[in-house]
Amino acid sequence: MDLRYTDAEQAFRNDLRAWLETTLPGLPPKPSPDDWPGRRAYDTHWQRLLFDAGYAGVDWPVEGGGRGSSAVEELIFKEELERAHAPYVGVNFVGLLHAGPTVIAEGTPEQRSRFLPPILRGDEVWCQGFSEPNAGSDLASMRTRAVRDGDDYVVTGQKIWTSHAEVADYCELLVRTGPEDSRHRGISWLILPMDSPGVDIRPLHTIAGTTEFAELFLDEVRVPVANRVGEENDGWRVTMVTLSFERGTAFVGDLLEAVELLHATVALARRTGAWADPGVRRQAGHLKAELDALWALTKRNVSQAARTGIPGVGGTFFKLAYSETRHKLGEFSLALLDRAGLAAHDLEGIDGEGPLPAGTMVEDWLRGISLTIAAGTSQIQRNIVGERILGLPKEPQATTGRKG
Amino acid sequence: MDFEVSEFQTELADGIRRLCEGAFPLEVIRRAESTDRVVDRGGWARLGEAGVFHLCLAEEAGGVGLGLAEAALVFEELGRALVPGPLVASHLAAGLIDGADDGSVVVGLVERPVTGAVGSGTLPVVIEHLADLDVLLVLSAEGVERLDPAALDAMPLARPMDPLTPVWSLASLPAGELVAGPDVAAWWRRDGAVLTAALQVGMAEWACDLAVEYAKGRVQFGRPIGGFQAVKHLCADMAVRVEVARCAVQAAAVTVDQPDVGDPDVAAAGAKLLADEAAVTNGRSCIQVHGGMGFTWEVPAHLAYKRARVLATQFGGDDALAEALADALASG
Repeated sequence: MDLRYTDAEQAFRNDLRAWLETTLPGLPPKPSPDDWPGRRAYDTHWQRLLFDAGYAGVDWPVEGGGRGSSAVEELIFKEELERAHAPYVGVNFVGLLHAGPTVIAEGTPEQRSRFLPPILRGDEVWCQGFSEPNAGSDLASMRTRAVRDGDDYVVTGQKIWTSHAEVADYCELLVRTGPEDSRHRGISWLILPMDSPGVDIRPLHTIAGTTEFAELFLDEVRVPVANRVGEENDGWRVTMVTLSFERGTAFVGDLLEAVELLHATVALARRTGAWADPGVRRQAGHLKAELDALWALTKRNVSQAARTGIPGVGGTFFKLAYSETRHKLGEFSLALLDRAGLAAHDLEGIDGEGPLPAGTMVEDWLRGISLTIAAGTSQIQRNIVGERILGLPKEPQATTGRKG
Repeated sequence: MDFEVSEFQTELADGIRRLCEGAFPLEVIRRAESTDRVVDRGGWARLGEAGVFHLCLAEEAGGVGLGLAEAALVFEELGRALVPGPLVASHLAAGLIDGADDGSVVVGLVERPVTGAVGSGTLPVVIEHLADLDVLLVLSAEGVERLDPAALDAMPLARPMDPLTPVWSLASLPAGELVAGPDVAAWWRRDGAVLTAALQVGMAEWACDLAVEYAKGRVQFGRPIGGFQAVKHLCADMAVRVEVARCAVQAAAVTVDQPDVGDPDVAAAGAKLLADEAAVTNGRSCIQVHGGMGFTWEVPAHLAYKRARVLATQFGGDDALAEALADALASG
């Protein structure tokens, strides 16, 4: 166990830090959260800057056009970007973290040369079409149908939680190509061009007031068979392969943001006088212990991935613990704001010391709720820990799809 | 940066695990339950022989010269085996008290209560393992004091919370001979917190394993109860607590060995806080998973819960640890 960085790792960090220092001041102003064309332009411009500097796809394998760096360098990359308050991966999320790695692992040479470079350069944006209104935790029960017709699939169905759909060029789409009750054995992975006739996008409004998600309605949309990644009916395995690219760093930026939020919350408590209350101090101290431990767990997960190339079980432990800590942190900051937290608005403190960070804190509290739900609810995660890690008996599994 | 346990470290921990399985099987250590002596001198000497007490002592002082990271892994195993006795105190005292290093002398340690501390007004001093001790050391503002345990006018307490941690009380501790200064006391408090936390992690995992084993075998409503989410999720939460606390403890130990990577005192406080919580909560959950059987003396689920409560009072209670972390936040 060694927590010191090697000279090479330190050099990577120093170079990156220097590049960020010279590059970030030149960025245009951030667009407003609801200006999706503006956000696409901003995020893809940032991706282009990363690409030109050699930082696009840091953790992508070299054969996919990436830098091929170790999981430790990827950790440093995310840590430095968060520390420098660099733009978040934003609309490039699905392309860089999900669809791209899938095409690298399972795509044909043609698919790789067509789709990978535009993702790395920030030219093309992807969205995800996995979940359906009736297939959330039980994803394998999805029903969006794809029927073969010559060189095309004809796709009809509905997807939900499709982030950035409005500004996406392509969608990684899971469709049912097998019989209705074939579950995970009858799913295929398609690349859907979002400008295809029959694609209808309806934005979803979240409880956080944000609009990054959409519902996707597909009415006899023709998708070329050449856009299928992997074999027909093998899409479930293809999807699982993608997950193996996750090397324990998915939440690094998020975690460091939480550390900043804790410091902001402590600053607020000292400003309001609540810091004199031992109960408040101990809650803050406890949250610090949890966030520090989660940082150590991240380093453990990254070290395992760097050694074996295979993600360990630590990611599931991390997500369960982190989502709860983040929610506690949100509740803590909200309690300190008291009635000043009744609006997500940075209202002026009466101490003449400037605005109170109520806007960020209320928004963060709301966003925190999604962490125990997205990418597998905490209840599903506990099933995974119980069954796959502890070896407890499985939940009863439906062997046939639901009718009607 | 490579925060994975090395092959050598794994072998070291495995060796201690095998030693504990041979020298401290649960059915054997349970024979000492509710007696005033729980330290088996032969077993203690075997721990000494294996290096448990002089692991971190420099080689020129007769030790093994390893770091706290290795010691933490060893203590995790001792915790998993529920080995009774003042393990951490004897480890810290190696090099200061003759015979502590090889396990021929059993050393206890207690913090001298601070006069006037909030909530301490009417509480007497409580000391663990007094009848087993050859030497009692006291941590105080001045440093480390030495007392003769046989000379103390202490009263044995009936029905100790943990049947394998007998306790005595006395109104106040007499002054002892100062054997080390405040700097030594400070690092003992820090390393003691880390090693106690390591014991807690080992016990927390033991409680998780015991609960999982029971949940797989116990059939109700025609199914093993571990197939029910209500029970499965209790077990999953136990496993998560172990993993998070273990990373915190091992990171704290490494930070003590490599102080350039962080603040060792802060890391130690955070690790102890989470490890205490993991051991106490897992002990409680282990009883719950066992249902009515968990409330029987015979099923050992209660042993981890009770020991966890004992260890949680040593080297800083949870409130003090959380306050120390809050101070670090306020100054950072």
